[in-house]
Amino acid sequence: MEIKSMRFKANAEASLANVVLQGNLKNAKGKFVTKRAESIKEIDDFEGTRDAAAAIRNKVIDNLDLWLERFETKAQETGAGVMWAKDGAEVCKLVIEIARKHGVTKVTKSKSMLSEEAGLNQALEAAGIQPVETDLGEYILQVNDNEPPSHIIAPAVHKSLDDVADLFHKVHGTPRKTEIPALTREAREVLRGHFLSAEMGLSGGNFLVAETGSVALVTNEGNGRMVTTMPKVHVVITGIEKVIPTLEDLSTLMRLLPRSATGQSISNYFSILTGVKKPEEHDGPEHLYFILVDAGRADVVGGEFHEMLRCIRCGACMNHCPVYQTIGGHAYGWVYPGPMGSVLTPLYAGIENSIDLPHAATLCNQCGVVCPVKIPLPDLLRKLREKQTDAGLRPLVERIGLRVWAWVAQRPALYGLGARFGARYLKWLAGEDKSIRLLPAAQEWTRGRDFPAPQGKTFREMYAARRKAAAQGDAK
Amino acid sequence: MSSREDILGRVRASLHRNAGNAAVARDIMATALANRNPGPQPAVASEPHALLERFRLKSEQASSTVEIVATEADVPAAVARYLAAMKLPNSAVAWASLAALDWAGAGVKIEARGARDADLVGITGCFCAVAETGTLMMCSSPDTPAAVSLLPETHIAVVSAARIVPYMEDAWNMARAELGSLPRAVNFISGPSRTGDIEQTIVLGAHGPYRVHLVIVEG
Repeated sequence: MEIKSMRFKANAEASLANVVLQGNLKNAKGKFVTKRAESIKEIDDFEGTRDAAAAIRNKVIDNLDLWLERFETKAQETGAGVMWAKDGAEVCKLVIEIARKHGVTKVTKSKSMLSEEAGLNQALEAAGIQPVETDLGEYILQVNDNEPPSHIIAPAVHKSLDDVADLFHKVHGTPRKTEIPALTREAREVLRGHFLSAEMGLSGGNFLVAETGSVALVTNEGNGRMVTTMPKVHVVITGIEKVIPTLEDLSTLMRLLPRSATGQSISNYFSILTGVKKPEEHDGPEHLYFILVDAGRADVVGGEFHEMLRCIRCGACMNHCPVYQTIGGHAYGWVYPGPMGSVLTPLYAGIENSIDLPHAATLCNQCGVVCPVKIPLPDLLRKLREKQTDAGLRPLVERIGLRVWAWVAQRPALYGLGARFGARYLKWLAGEDKSIRLLPAAQEWTRGRDFPAPQGKTFREMYAARRKAAAQGDAK
Repeated sequence: MSSREDILGRVRASLHRNAGNAAVARDIMATALANRNPGPQPAVASEPHALLERFRLKSEQASSTVEIVATEADVPAAVARYLAAMKLPNSAVAWASLAALDWAGAGVKIEARGARDADLVGITGCFCAVAETGTLMMCSSPDTPAAVSLLPETHIAVVSAARIVPYMEDAWNMARAELGSLPRAVNFISGPSRTGDIEQTIVLGAHGPYRVHLVIVEG
């Protein structure tokens, strides 16, 4: 997918001005947060479970090469093919090769963020192979001229019922429906035909189990089951970091993933797929391929951002992020939005291509508090900011400004003088209103709100006055 | 250089891999794979009646309906009652493992085969059931095809109360003991298929069944 993260500020402003989007975001925001809070009460030792989940992910990432080899061996033993892709382009090349080998003309897809990274749909279309997204949210976006997702769990969260009603009426040529169940039924009927006729099913993978060489898929709609049961070929596309050791570890992670994502105790469907159909079986794929994808992950291993590799893609960080809640996912400009996206995009798509993203956070740590695998997201965002500064990637005005500030801040007398002057100047500037509508040098900030002007003395003046008063009191 | 070697090579370099630390790591891996320690588990009472009640409660929370019958022989009549109450046809595709029951006696016509798009009702058993979350564990095989619980709009599952276990971890141990290795597909099912992709409003019957009915056999 094309990276549009350099347009973050403009995109964010457009999102804020979009009345329909603001309504849709407001509608979605409470639901995820409330449902998660309710469902985690079912876990007696929630903190202990988070610790265990983080330890499971660390165990693999600390020795990722060996766990990958172990997974590969086990998967091959079950009859699956294991392939490796350095980047998105290689993912597309491999999928097209597999499709050609098996005479595939249509591919049904359950949600895969990596296929978004790779721009796989466009590549398949160019190769004359029809890709069909089958997750309802992804389907809505695909038929809307391949619109990018705005959330990793709820890709069409930015769309309203009206948007979908108009879209289906236009695309399916059916009478316009206004009830959500009727629209869902319409998509079901259209997609059922595709499920039964596609020769290849393509899925992501929530986890790869090293013990058994299996892929674990978490879905609610049943489309994940369809694409891995009906077509004769199944291709799994996953990042190399998705390996976990055992089925017991899978159970621990499953206590956290659905609760963190949608607030469910467990997703409706949870499938563990191992190898290919036996000759006497009625269903299941005859051919199974794993494509293990690097696309920036290998270089994160063992480095200062390695904790990010623990991520299990639940979306809790974005659901709880005040910035995401306000601007939605598209403004982030790539596949992954919210706090995890603000870390992953610079790491996978280039720090120079996403200058604003590490700053698209208030560092309030809501994301860190809800993360099921305890990724210290604010720390990682701060580290990315440091890296930008070290690499000289920040704007000149900011660099000079910070140097001046550092020089002044190291000189207490000068700092005190400056603060006194500043407080009085701002009070004068505000005048009767006691608030400033246009703050020189911070015009972007005051464009959306007024700046409340300081009305009294500086902290240091007040502190000194209090000390003096207290000393006089003691003397009496 | 192949992509495999390139990727693994860079991971090895990042981890400063050498013969010494590889041996240590292999020990850690072998221990993890041999011990298979479970993580913290929420409390689930393991006494049979409590397990059954927990399973029933969680299943209903997941929008399944539940009927409890005394013996396996009561299953066909219970299924017939459900189909009549729901105004559903008296014919169904079923797992071969259930074909020996007296369906004809209850007026239900079953065909033991793989599922087709036109099938409206699918009847299955289950490998076991998990009380913690109200979840069915389905293991695919020639006699227990996966699509029977997926393609039809109505899924009826027969659950033996004796095979309700507290946790998913118990289900894995049961599979290891009875099957040796995992089947091609293990499908955990918790209620009818659903989506919340339009305005986060939950709608039942996305791509799989609209309704799931459980007939639990106590004896």
